[in-house]
Amino acid sequence: MRYCETGFQLEVDLSKGSIDKVETDPRDTALYLGGHGYNAKILYDRVPPETDPWSPDNLLIFGNGLLNGTCVPGANRVSVNTIAPVNGFFGHSLMGGFFGAEMKQAGYDRIIIKGEAPDLVYLAIHNDKVEIRDATHLRGKGMLDTQRMIQEELGDKRAWVAAIGPAGEHRCITASIDCGNSSAARTPGPVMGAKKLKAIAIRGTKDVNLAHPKEMWEMCSRLRKELDANPNIGDWMATDEDDSFHHNNFAWGNARVRRKTFWSEGLEERWRNLKYDHMNRWTGCWNCPKACHNLIQWPNRRRFSYKCYGKDTYHMASFQELDFTYEILPVAMDLGFDSYSTPQTIAFGLELLDAGILTEADFPGMPADIRGRFYYLLQKMAFREGIGDVLANGVSGAAAIIGKGAEKFDHNTVKKFEQLPIKLGKLNPAYFLMIATGEDMAITQIEGSFPQDPIADPELREEFIKKWIAVPDKKFHDWFRQWVKRDELPDQAMVEITDWNECMHYLDDSLGFCGFVSSFRGQFGGTTGYHVWNMPDIITHGTGMEFDKDRLWECFQRNRTLIRALNNRRGLRRSMERPPEDHWAVRNEAYEQQLLTKYYDFKGWTFDAIPTKETLERLSLGWVAEDLIKRGVLTGDEPTALNDPRAKNEKE
Amino acid sequence: MENNGKKTRIVKNIKVDTKKCVGCKACEIACSAFHATPRYSSINTGRSRIMVVADEMLDIFVPIRAGDHTEAECNGRNSYIIDGKEYSECTFCPASCPSRDAFKDPDSGLPLKCDMCESDPPVEKPMCVDACTFGALTYEEREVEVTEPVTTVTDMDEGLKTLIKRYGLKKVMDTVVRVSKE
Ligand code: SF4
Ligand code: SF4
Ligand code: SF4
Repeated sequence: MRYCETGFQLEVDLSKGSIDKVETDPRDTALYLGGHGYNAKILYDRVPPETDPWSPDNLLIFGNGLLNGTCVPGANRVSVNTIAPVNGFFGHSLMGGFFGAEMKQAGYDRIIIKGEAPDLVYLAIHNDKVEIRDATHLRGKGMLDTQRMIQEELGDKRAWVAAIGPAGEHRCITASIDCGNSSAARTPGPVMGAKKLKAIAIRGTKDVNLAHPKEMWEMCSRLRKELDANPNIGDWMATDEDDSFHHNNFAWGNARVRRKTFWSEGLEERWRNLKYDHMNRWTGCWNCPKACHNLIQWPNRRRFSYKCYGKDTYHMASFQELDFTYEILPVAMDLGFDSYSTPQTIAFGLELLDAGILTEADFPGMPADIRGRFYYLLQKMAFREGIGDVLANGVSGAAAIIGKGAEKFDHNTVKKFEQLPIKLGKLNPAYFLMIATGEDMAITQIEGSFPQDPIADPELREEFIKKWIAVPDKKFHDWFRQWVKRDELPDQAMVEITDWNECMHYLDDSLGFCGFVSSFRGQFGGTTGYHVWNMPDIITHGTGMEFDKDRLWECFQRNRTLIRALNNRRGLRRSMERPPEDHWAVRNEAYEQQLLTKYYDFKGWTFDAIPTKETLERLSLGWVAEDLIKRGVLTGDEPTALNDPRAKNEKE
Repeated sequence: MENNGKKTRIVKNIKVDTKKCVGCKACEIACSAFHATPRYSSINTGRSRIMVVADEMLDIFVPIRAGDHTEAECNGRNSYIIDGKEYSECTFCPASCPSRDAFKDPDSGLPLKCDMCESDPPVEKPMCVDACTFGALTYEEREVEVTEPVTTVTDMDEGLKTLIKRYGLKKVMDTVVRVSKE
């Protein structure tokens, strides 16, 4: 018997119309755990670097975290992975809610979609019964109608439906996949559209087995109560109405303008009323004692729920207030747009108009007011009409098509990927490393374990350290003690802080933990729910595989290295690892390059940012080394970065 | 149970505050784990004796616990409008019934019924309540006085005589035999 996992994956080829339930090798679980790690292995094996992301040969994988669908509180994240059309690299997105648990109960650890259907279809899964069904009547339908109509067709209101809206159907780069109150944003939406897959409906009523039932239940019941009582986890933005942090520090418009004194008490009071006058309740995710989604009913709009920073993006991109977000968000979400990069793309388009790179002629019939303009462009993008057809390619893609200097306005992307609109003064070395090298492409998916700021008061600092059991090694305590100025710690510390931050996200994403109860929440208060000391016992009791911290850490390194190699094979090199040029006002190119070299060296990578043969072999990825050598990506003789002659030149 | 000479029994009640429910399914998970064999060896919300009827777009979250099985679905249904929200038919009904797949064991199809987590040794409070950290489910026990049945032998004699008069002795006898077999 398999524990925590089902031992099966569903493989669907939409070109052939084939459906296969395939038994998996438990040794792969032991190596990659699940989620994005396991998905990366499949993408490496099956999607060669020549494959165009839009091609039917690209895969779209919905991969359960290993612990999803069990009694582990807060484990519900599905990694949705593909080769991303936006930049040709590993595309990674996480979906919470209930889709993953339902998939497990239906008997699958993951769903792998290949091919392209002749016309729009949806996939209906009820345990072993799997059908590819016609979805042409759902063409152009929004997310909500799609979900409801499919549930009605299947006669099952308990089926979870993950769907794309018109934006996904039209392959908009910023399209998302939505399911109930959760969505997989950033990269997989347009691939689902390219495959002509409108939705996946899933319902499952099978057992998910646990290896050591009594120990597992006791542990999880205790954790559930601990998480519930822990004020440092969950999404503060669900209940804390002081949102001065984002509004005063993040840049508005097309990541341009900082309004350092925007927030005020009066505003907070007004917005609080606005929210609670229209809010029905909070809703949660599978088996989590936190509830982060705000369910809102706005006049003349359908109910919608949002979480976290999704509350800010539309009004900050348009210099409006919260009421505008509440008004436009349900419309944008129903069209199937990601609320993170879509408003940035619209602001970018309007900035080009102001700059004269685009002209009024490009926007026929566009209203004069800013709110009207946002609605106008949403529609144009969702259906790829006129200028919308260009902007649907995202900021970088659109800039390349428009030319005429538009590239200069694409100032907030890394590897063509929209970043949070943060523009600061002095370089922060750990943040430089995370933004430059992170495979997850967005800082919120990389940072989170080590605090963002030092604590000046020695007493408070010691108090913090006493409770800070999540640290994988005492050296982090020492660094924290000696830390005074944000940007000043030894380079070694900056490198290892980056490494630990990454580690926790990699573990979360392969095990299924939500970052809000784990990786993202260590930085605030130091008492996050999950860490390298309690995760191993959970895996051991859940799956029966003996785990300890070292074995777990190695899984992180393996998955991190594998995804890096996958991207290297698709052309990722050192020269692409650059945060936006204006991310910090004060830069030091030589120092940044040295930092990169040290980080690569620590990771066991070459000067060009590729894992060395030895590193790959040490992590049981010898097969990847062979492939990279065969393809000429590695020779196999490269030293790690600091031993490269070019590193010596750097020092001189 | 005797209390000051009065006969009493314990009524167990789970109070549901639908406004507090966030739809997390922790109650379903706990119930299914508790009733797995061996205990806690699996999770399967399809086997749970509590079900959260949830429709986020209507702001409807109603946890219901499985009650008795019924062979036939109701002829007349109930739907409710409460605070302007229309709850679909059967939302509040706890029956395992042919009209829906709720509260049936997914493998055998046999009806599932909430047993208040009766077990030996007893649990402190029902598992679903314990799992609900949101306060949507609360457990309460209260002692109620047992009122003695008022029916006397004479009443039954009278009742039977009426039935025999109306239907004939044979039909009443046949019915008694059939019903007692069911
Ligand atoms: S912390 Fe919030 S977002 Fe994360 S699983 Fe729990 S309810 Fe969902
Ligand atoms: S555990 Fe409580 S909040 Fe969660 S679904 Fe059940 S009743 Fe609702
Ligand atoms: S009281 Fe026990 S048996 Fe009844 S629904 Fe709750 S957990 Fe299930």
